[in-house]
Amino acid sequence: MINARVYVTIKQSVLDPQGNAVQNSLHSMGFKEVEKVRVGKFLEIKLDTVDRQEAEKRVRDMCEQLLANTVIEDYRFELEGL
Amino acid sequence: MHVAVLVFPGSNCDVDCYKAVEQTMEQPVSYVWHDKDDLTAYDGIIIPGGFSYGDYLRSGSIARFAPVMSALVKAAEEGKWILGICNGFQILLEAGLLPGAMLKNENLKFQCFQSTLTVENNQTVFTSDYEHQEKITIPIAHGEGNYYCDPQTLAQLEQHNQIVFRYADHNPNGSVDHIAGICNKQGNVLGMMPHPERAIHDWLGSADGRRMFTSILKAWREHHDTVINS
Repeated sequence: MINARVYVTIKQSVLDPQGNAVQNSLHSMGFKEVEKVRVGKFLEIKLDTVDRQEAEKRVRDMCEQLLANTVIEDYRFELEGL
Repeated sequence: MHVAVLVFPGSNCDVDCYKAVEQTMEQPVSYVWHDKDDLTAYDGIIIPGGFSYGDYLRSGSIARFAPVMSALVKAAEEGKWILGICNGFQILLEAGLLPGAMLKNENLKFQCFQSTLTVENNQTVFTSDYEHQEKITIPIAHGEGNYYCDPQTLAQLEQHNQIVFRYADHNPNGSVDHIAGICNKQGNVLGMMPHPERAIHDWLGSADGRRMFTSILKAWREHHDTVINS
């Protein structure tokens, strides 16, 4: 069993309205050191495989085809187990 | 002319679109469920608004993998007329039938009111009954209508006259270049956030949406006559 942890975030070049709202809120709470907030998605995926190389390829395909919209989002992932 | 209205789990403007076709075009119209894989019987296809598959992950991202979408891509390639409204526009973007992507509204609010649009391109099969630069009133209702594309894509949209509608005086969502609706390069696929099917009678607040439907019918009749006479 391999666990994939996938992070999807809005690209740096694209405005992130949610990130800005959270940033403004943190500022008004007194966390003045906050420079930038980006809101993204975190997905945990359990894979029934033992082949790490294959898992990496398959998760990349999942990200490209469904999990991220690469017009506006970046993704990265980590594999755990084995 | 036979029109299809696609229905996904979570579509909620399908009935409005169906009634709009009945009451403006007076042509046969059918609901087509998302698990069908054949659209050859239809001349025009409407993808209605709503929250297909709960809008989980991203608006339209799961709907684009429904069986009916392969048939829709094929219909688009064949040059059939496809109109995506609101969630339908989001689905067309996710499916890659139109360029760009949708972000949450800049002010993070669900925006629901009459909006004034400028008709930027009246040379499409969907807009020929409008005047160029005409101001029309069509309601919007969306939380994710903030159209985004990179500067190169925007330049291409401009160059090929693919920007069909812009918000005239108030941009409700922060979309790039005030874009409210675009078409593909061939002009047979149009996506827009405002709802023309909700503006087909004066007693609905505006009847300006009627002419989108009458434009499509007019184009079909012209096309049909050409085919018969040639």
